[in-house]
Amino acid sequence: MRTTSDIIIVGAGIVGAACARAFARDGLRVTIVDAAMIGGGATAAGMGHVAVMDDNPAQLALTHYSHQLWQELAAELPEDCEYDPCGTLWVAADDEELSAARQKLATLGNRGVRAELLDAQQLAEAEPQLRSGLAGGLLQGDDLIVYPPCVARYMIDQAREKGAELRLDSPVASLGGDHVLLADGTRLAAGHVVNAAGTAAVRLTPGLPICPRKGHLVITDRYRGFIRRELVELGYIKSAAGGATESVALNVQPRRTGQLLIGSSRQFGVESDKVEPAILGRMLRRAIEYLPGLARLSAVRSWTGFRAATDDNLPLIGPWPTVPGLYLATGHEGLGITTALATAELLADMLAGRKSKIPREPYLPERIHG
Amino acid sequence: MPTHERFEVLVVGAGPAGIAAACAASSGAKVGLIDDNPSPGGQIWRSGKPAAGDHRADHWLRQLSQTKLMRLYRTQIVAAPEPGLLLAEYEGEPVELSYDKLILACGARERSIPFPGWTLPNVVGAGGLQALVKAGLPVKGKRIVITGSGPLLLSVAAYARQLGAAVPLVAEQAAWYRVAGFGLQLLWLSPGKLWQGTGYRWSLRNTRYLTGCWPTAAHGSAKVESVTFQLGGQTWTEPCDMLACGFGLVPNLELPILLGCQVRDGVVVVDARQETSVPGVYCAGEITGVGGAELALLEGRIAGLAAIGNTRDAARYFTARGRGVRFAAALNRAFSLRHELRELPDDDTFVCRCEDVTHQRLQVLSSWRTAKLYTRCGMGRCQGRVCGPAAAFLFGWKHESVRPPLFPTTVETLAGLPTGEKRNHE
Amino acid sequence: MDEVIPVNVNGRAVEVPAGCTAAVALAIAGVDLARLSVSGTPRGPMCGMGICFECCATLDGRPHQRTCQAVCHPGMEIRTDADA
Repeated sequence: MRTTSDIIIVGAGIVGAACARAFARDGLRVTIVDAAMIGGGATAAGMGHVAVMDDNPAQLALTHYSHQLWQELAAELPEDCEYDPCGTLWVAADDEELSAARQKLATLGNRGVRAELLDAQQLAEAEPQLRSGLAGGLLQGDDLIVYPPCVARYMIDQAREKGAELRLDSPVASLGGDHVLLADGTRLAAGHVVNAAGTAAVRLTPGLPICPRKGHLVITDRYRGFIRRELVELGYIKSAAGGATESVALNVQPRRTGQLLIGSSRQFGVESDKVEPAILGRMLRRAIEYLPGLARLSAVRSWTGFRAATDDNLPLIGPWPTVPGLYLATGHEGLGITTALATAELLADMLAGRKSKIPREPYLPERIHG
Repeated sequence: MPTHERFEVLVVGAGPAGIAAACAASSGAKVGLIDDNPSPGGQIWRSGKPAAGDHRADHWLRQLSQTKLMRLYRTQIVAAPEPGLLLAEYEGEPVELSYDKLILACGARERSIPFPGWTLPNVVGAGGLQALVKAGLPVKGKRIVITGSGPLLLSVAAYARQLGAAVPLVAEQAAWYRVAGFGLQLLWLSPGKLWQGTGYRWSLRNTRYLTGCWPTAAHGSAKVESVTFQLGGQTWTEPCDMLACGFGLVPNLELPILLGCQVRDGVVVVDARQETSVPGVYCAGEITGVGGAELALLEGRIAGLAAIGNTRDAARYFTARGRGVRFAAALNRAFSLRHELRELPDDDTFVCRCEDVTHQRLQVLSSWRTAKLYTRCGMGRCQGRVCGPAAAFLFGWKHESVRPPLFPTTVETLAGLPTGEKRNHE
Repeated sequence: MDEVIPVNVNGRAVEVPAGCTAAVALAIAGVDLARLSVSGTPRGPMCGMGICFECCATLDGRPHQRTCQAVCHPGMEIRTDADA
């Protein structure tokens, strides 16, 4: 395998894989390096939800752009990627949340994102398993879900077909803007390096404003038709955007297998990846509050993962000013799957000197120092 | 609040080891005995139509019935939320169990080796056949072929014969010299067992016992109708109503691992008092090394006495235990699985039965973790209990850490939700 | 004298010995298939001890229950995957 490339990507998660695919498509000689396997980190632990999110304009622009790219990718994804445009239904528990839903509708409408407001009756008809007494909801019918580890594998295969090389089980000792030093002593040289290592990015590039944010998930047995769309409470936004040490929010997803994926939880400052019964319990009780029928369903597995979170809830996409040649593609928090494709395009544009489809300033790492 | 019970000594598993531990500990502490089956006995002393003249089982079950302790049957441990606390499920509802000392006697399950047709209905485990028959499965007049590895095959065959099944064949994969050598060792280590063995030979006088023989395929459309065997390169096909196959036993290590007990070479590491690397947690029986009921009883007694601080009486059983451990080692050596069994699966033979993952999809992968993530192997209801040991045997993959729930449980139980119902104490 | 109790297998009334499991009730009713696997192949009880989950059927309206671990009660409703 070569030790000199045009670009080295550290991290074979969904973000690194998307980058590899985009760079290889642009004709660059790409080497991808990972300490373990493809898609084994946050990529494996998350929900695989691709959602247009409007917490702030920059987030909306990035998720909307990326979502369109996912829709374009749909046709070529293999079966095991489980592409499913089931839609997201934001659930409003009370009138205050329903107004928030109306605002969302307006914001999304301005960008041409398909969304529909549901009143209490329509909500009940759309998702009969939801408890009574809810105020309504917002349906984003084009949101979709995928199975990320297999998508990452597919994208790396695509990159390799165009000449990219892959080094798995290769922990990185250090990296700079023009080289990567593997723990086994191998030195890889390149014109540029991309740090797409998720929560491990900080170890490789000290000073990155990234904190790991732990999440728990539970998956049930097969109950096809229990819910039709991914159900998320409007309070999810507060949980994700807020800096609370610990929070849970309803997020239940119907997988194509018929299994229900139950989230979500967020914790800062926890190092252990052990499943913690207390917060797991809180998360499940929250879910049962909205979906009482969930209580007696069979839960088969639980696990945890760590999101790479930044202070301003926007990812770091672009050159890292203090290390010439080094690019960052990390800090995606809970939107790594959603924004992986747009992240790759923005970086590919930067490398090729092309104008991007959306403004890239909000995500540039230089904002940290500004 | 969920039902909450407190114990000084909590014993998990009501097989021989757990029964002995519970009886020993009850002389000095408030004891709870928990098992997911409706009655005690575990696998080997499973209640139902009893094995003819199993005096030891009768003795111990009688002793248990006369012992003062709290029985929690039909109760399954699902999580260990914090030291000193287990979360269990009883009839879909959560039960919290707190303990000062914990004795794990979780037993073992059968190892299954995938081969073409192994998923057909009426292809069952060897211990599986025994369990089903004890639960009432009628086998009179049925033609049952038994295969796999170990002395269990003979005891299951004899049992099936007693209940009126025709058992034309017991096919043991181990070579004849291994089995014969083990027979000689039996003479040295445990004459009683040899007699038991020859006793089987009488009740199985119409049964062919072949060594160096194993199945290559099971055939049938809706259920098994015949099985092809090979011996020394020759193959032939046996018609049958059922095929019972068991390729040895795998300790149920999930709960010890979840609790953080050190595991080495596939068994829980314990000291002379059966205490694990986690203070206050003891293990006894198959999970410290597959070795049969007699050894399990000894270990259970030692653990029970040690848990209540009676090390002096526990020490009286050390020598006998040592003999049992040596016997177990001889047994495992004699019946170790031969490499030819790795060649049995076809490309489209399922290795993971819960998620229908074929051998072909797995053999290109390099680890248990990649198999799980890319194919869903091991992510189904059995949580890797069947496919895990199969994959370990076929590909050499090491297993991962264990997370709750230990068994599929209701979302409500995992959430630790309150129940209004009172618990019926058995 | 062994007591018998009535249960319901795929809508058919069957008499089974008291104390037997739902898996055994299936066998007595002549039903070999407890469930269809995810790719549609027939499965029945295998391990007999609640480990393999191949024996799962719908018991009294609850899906995915291990029949080998469920003791029959009078009137138990057992429905397997191949039940039309």
